Amino acid sequence: MAEQTTPIDSAGPPPGDPAPGIPAPPAAGDRQVIRDALGVGIAVGLSGFAFGATAAGAGLTVAQACALSLLVFTGASQFALVGALAAGGNPFTAAAGAFFLGARNAFYGLRLSQLLALPRAARPLAAHWAIDESSAVALAQRGRRHTRLGFFVTGATLYVLWNVTTLLGALGAEAIGDTGAWGLDAAGPAVFLALLAPMVRTARERVTAAAAVLLGLGLLPVLPGGVPVLVAALAAPAVLWAEGRRRPRPSEESPR
Amino acid sequence: MTVWIAIALTAAGCYAWKLAGLLVPAGVLERPLVRRLAALVPVALLAALTAQQTFAQGTTLTLDARAAGLAAAGIALLLRAPFLVVVGAAVAVTAGLRALTG
Repeated sequence: MAEQTTPIDSAGPPPGDPAPGIPAPPAAGDRQVIRDALGVGIAVGLSGFAFGATAAGAGLTVAQACALSLLVFTGASQFALVGALAAGGNPFTAAAGAFFLGARNAFYGLRLSQLLALPRAARPLAAHWAIDESSAVALAQRGRRHTRLGFFVTGATLYVLWNVTTLLGALGAEAIGDTGAWGLDAAGPAVFLALLAPMVRTARERVTAAAAVLLGLGLLPVLPGGVPVLVAALAAPAVLWAEGRRRPRPSEESPR
Repeated sequence: MTVWIAIALTAAGCYAWKLAGLLVPAGVLERPLVRRLAALVPVALLAALTAQQTFAQGTTLTLDARAAGLAAAGIALLLRAPFLVVVGAAVAVTAGLRALTG
């Protein structure tokens, strides 16, 4: 899915500046929770069209595009994988970029597991839906009942719609042929930018993003496909390391 | 075949992250350095991916209609447009520019 929420990595309440399309907390009743969850699920679920079309435009079959949406079900990783494969990356470096992008879902799960308090047996099933949007809606609720309701309604709506629209997008792209003429190759970068924008709040993130852009573009002509993105990811530890050297005791987490 | 390998690896890896969050004890992922890295690595990856998929043509850098599309997406984001509108603006501007410049 087209994740576009603020990373939920602090122990505090969700940021008071929600990403576009994400409704404001907290909900009063079940109906309000369901309405919020449906709104997010439908709006983002529809962007599966863009993914299906992008995947088909990149040379994947309809079955491959659908397998990605069914089994990977986290939009940034899906777009990243398709882009890397289209650029001629080998399957391992292409998958590695998608894999590292998926890491943030572990941190959503971490916070969700305390709030949802699911039985252990249900967790492997619920895990598949632990992504940006379901987490954003669930974490914005008060109380276990509404948290669970928000999580499952968002997850279900998004899962169904995202997969249906992926199929339609892939079929549609095959039908129209040249996806470039329709500008569909711009969908991927736009999705990435929409995800990135709410994450860039402090100088630390701006410096990291700028360094990653320079590394990603600068190394493109000299390294094999898929590798420059992985090298660019090293901007993150590098910036943290440089910060640590400048301030020897970075014990205070900077406010987000 | 290589595409299917990449799909299988990505599916397994991404599911492992999701499951880990729900199963592992909180202490493991709550270390400050791990948390800071987890917040910052996606920033680096998304920035690099945005730039590459806008300016790369194979292994060379180019400036084409996609850049205008991305600029449109950026403006839509500044105007707090919904997600679909952001993506739609990029697609429409890119397609429009290509149609105009043939």
